Amino acid sequence: MKREDRIKRRDKIRNFSIIAHIDHGKSTLADRILEKTSALTQREMKDQMLDAMDLERERGITIKLNAVQLKYISNAGEEYIFHLIDTPGHVDFTYEVSRSLAACEGALLIVDAAQGIEAQTLANVYLALDNDLEILPVINKIDLPSAEPERVAQEVEDVIGLPKEDCVPASAKSGIGIEEILEAIVEKVPAPSGDPEAPLKAMIFDSLYDPYRGVIVYMRIVEGTVKPGEKVRMMATGKEFEVQELGVFTPKPDARDELTVGDVGFMVASIKNVSDTRVGDTVTHAARPTAEPLPGYRKLNPMVFCGLYPIDTNDYNDLREALEKLELNDASLQFEPETSQALGFGFRCGFLGLLHMEIIQERIEREFNIDLITTAPSVIYNVHLTDGESMRIDNPSAMPDAQKIEYVEEPYVKAQLMVPNEYVGAVMELCQKKRGTYVDMQYMDENRVTITYELPLAEIVYEFFDTLKSNTKGYASFDYEMIGHRESRLVKMDILLNGEQIDALSIIVHRDSAYQRGKAIVEKLKELIPRQQFEVPVQASIGQKIIARSTIKAMRKNVLAKCYGGDISRKRKLLEKQKEGKKRMKSVGSVEVPQEAFMSVLSMDEGDSK
Amino acid sequence: MIKALYVHVPFCEQICHYCDFNKFFLANQPVDEYLDLCETEMRNTVKAFSTEGLSSIYVGGGTPTSLNVHQLEKLLNGVKANFPLAPKYEWTVEVNPGSADSEKFKMMNETGVNRLSIGAQTFDEALLNKIGRDHRPEQVEETIAAARAAGITNISVDLMFGLPGQTLEQFRETLEKAVALPIDHVSAYSLKVEEKTVFYQLWRKGKLPLPGEDAEAEMYEELRKYMLDAGFHQYEISNFAKPGFESSHNLTYWQNEEYYGIGAGAHSYTAGTRRINHGPLPKYMNAVKESGFPYREEHEVTLKEKMEEEMFMGLRKLAGVSKQLFKDKYSREISEVFPLAANLTEKGLLEEDEDTFRLTEKGLLLGNEVFEGFLLSDD
Repeated sequence: MKREDRIKRRDKIRNFSIIAHIDHGKSTLADRILEKTSALTQREMKDQMLDAMDLERERGITIKLNAVQLKYISNAGEEYIFHLIDTPGHVDFTYEVSRSLAACEGALLIVDAAQGIEAQTLANVYLALDNDLEILPVINKIDLPSAEPERVAQEVEDVIGLPKEDCVPASAKSGIGIEEILEAIVEKVPAPSGDPEAPLKAMIFDSLYDPYRGVIVYMRIVEGTVKPGEKVRMMATGKEFEVQELGVFTPKPDARDELTVGDVGFMVASIKNVSDTRVGDTVTHAARPTAEPLPGYRKLNPMVFCGLYPIDTNDYNDLREALEKLELNDASLQFEPETSQALGFGFRCGFLGLLHMEIIQERIEREFNIDLITTAPSVIYNVHLTDGESMRIDNPSAMPDAQKIEYVEEPYVKAQLMVPNEYVGAVMELCQKKRGTYVDMQYMDENRVTITYELPLAEIVYEFFDTLKSNTKGYASFDYEMIGHRESRLVKMDILLNGEQIDALSIIVHRDSAYQRGKAIVEKLKELIPRQQFEVPVQASIGQKIIARSTIKAMRKNVLAKCYGGDISRKRKLLEKQKEGKKRMKSVGSVEVPQEAFMSVLSMDEGDSK
Repeated sequence: MIKALYVHVPFCEQICHYCDFNKFFLANQPVDEYLDLCETEMRNTVKAFSTEGLSSIYVGGGTPTSLNVHQLEKLLNGVKANFPLAPKYEWTVEVNPGSADSEKFKMMNETGVNRLSIGAQTFDEALLNKIGRDHRPEQVEETIAAARAAGITNISVDLMFGLPGQTLEQFRETLEKAVALPIDHVSAYSLKVEEKTVFYQLWRKGKLPLPGEDAEAEMYEELRKYMLDAGFHQYEISNFAKPGFESSHNLTYWQNEEYYGIGAGAHSYTAGTRRINHGPLPKYMNAVKESGFPYREEHEVTLKEKMEEEMFMGLRKLAGVSKQLFKDKYSREISEVFPLAANLTEKGLLEEDEDTFRLTEKGLLLGNEVFEGFLLSDD
């Protein structure tokens, strides 16, 4: 293809993303756009085409990005190439979102006509603005009885500064407004720029491991042209690969002779490990490299850590293999072997956030069939010792003795919480309880408020979001960013079962709430650990000092004193179920401890107990 | 050799809040047709699996006495017509207090029924209401009197404990009233909340105030003590009898022997195979009409399962399991097949003497913990 042809083609390309809060209808709108553009038949349409994995479908979120090429004939009769780039919808994946937005020139902002703008949406709007994207607001679900499109359009104008007249009223579900949206994309989203003959610059915005073909790289060509057979270099890692196949998703993979300026597609190049293809990295030619990589790349560091242990110690190798397989597809997952006195051999794993952690956990249990004990998630503490040295601790049980510690720092986040007026009190109370520092409160309109707090990350990694939701009847939304480490008065609290310290149950708590937490934890464990054949004392201690105690009474009665007549199979099933149940518990010392007990130390029931 | 028969009458005039047995509200049910098909099943069954004579028959439900006297007579005669009886046999019919009169008892006695099991459950009227029973406490005594007048004197009473809101004191009062009756046998069951019952619905909503594990254990201990003082000896986890009045029917199950099971939802164990009959009436009736047999599920018991069942059923008896009998049956030692038994002995749940393994007093309360130990792993 000649340079002018490539440029002519480039000018007909529109690259865009969809930004939306969970449940505001992103996937449904994506489906409608697919229907209206490509040749996809109804039969081929799975509901919500872009969400591939079962897990995503179940959780109603998208965790893997996808890029689809679509053909669209405008009302003026011109043919356009659309690339729709899907983005994950959760705060754990902010960086991925920012990279996929960086692959676009425009974004559709979907706002629910009944619910208005949420903190999550706003965070992504800012990411889009950071990337200089043209934002097209769409007010979705206008056919709901509770819809208030006027009010929401006003909110869009007030909060984001987009003229309310630009808002397209739509209902993805009923197919209202879809054509207007497509025309707006043609008219308002700028065509890509860039020189098809300049040295290659392509940005990786996702990758996927395929067992047969190696890593499949999703990338956006910013400058230059790439063809199969050429040798490319990943600029961050320096690794070089020969391009085997290039193509686009329509949405099925469709091979192409080249990818050029403005294109969004995939590359296969015998890459064995996703960590060689980091999101945000720049791909260039090995023979004729570009001088500067694209801006914005950064290596992702895990924020949340926990121990993963197989309940059945025989599953240790299977667990390692599972983690290795998941790592192929997930560059932000980290793990290393770890040993716990209580739990045996396992792995310390690092995750981007809680959701990321839960997804990995679920996938291991579901796809690899390994029953897991997950220890309570921890953050990274900077521990400064009296001898002047300092260390980073991601496992509470590794915390040194108190007398050796000068001071401890913990990571903090700046959190934005968006709520209707009447829940301001509830949200502030929660943040206060979680050791938050109030920063600011702003009214978005007469009814909606954005509250800003600085909070220790450790306080929001577990159940914070759930509590926030339940304290605000589901109305609050929440987003956060890291703001560095700060000194805190923290101590390690140990838990003893039957007199034996259980390292996997140790946690780091704030000194002021240690007694209260200790009490809550021993009560919670008493509730969660079933009665054993002997009495089990449960204690919480700081150093040598016991600060709370409860007792799990000995089992008094467990016998089937019911008449099942000749139904022997029923008696058998009951016994088998009982036996299976014990298999799902971990024998710690001489006590059978259920899975959920290990997470329970972070439970925040304390203040709520009736 | 099959020596026992269970017949299921799945009809009730009232459904109790705790009951998850196979049962249907009596009104508008095709009772007569059902009884005809039961007889067909009996005929076919005895042809397929022969017996030299039954020493135990148990007619249970549901509520067998919800049948009118003619229907019940027809059923009982059907049994007699199809199954040969041993010279000495125990024939029990379950009776709800107030659901049978002299006429029914007289008919039963004449047909050959010689034992009754009466569902008293509790003598606390408020509690009876709470668990959905439709009789009054005093009807238990009236029913027993009518039965005895008609010539049936071997009478057992069923009791329940661990009922919602029940206190130890209330249970003690029930025990007191029970042992004052002219009876020779008591079965006492603790409430277990089963799915698909009124109680399950309540429990799920947190609205079923169960007494809890500790209180239940105390009731059970009280039960054992009370019965012993009243001259009943405990011969199984839930069963107490005056000497010579142990139920031979239930012993069939605990001794892992074979038995027939006739009727909708009935279980049987014949020719080494456990079978479950279809429960819903139309299914049961169609199956009998079409193939002569109503089996929903058949499972040939493996040697491993047989040995497991020998233990976890057998240990329910206070007499325990005989090492010699086990060896005669399976040509292996209990301790060799179940090395885990030693652990249970060590924990004080099981005791062992020359010829027997049996539950200790502690083991009685924790029976399931013991029985679980007798499930072998799959390999």
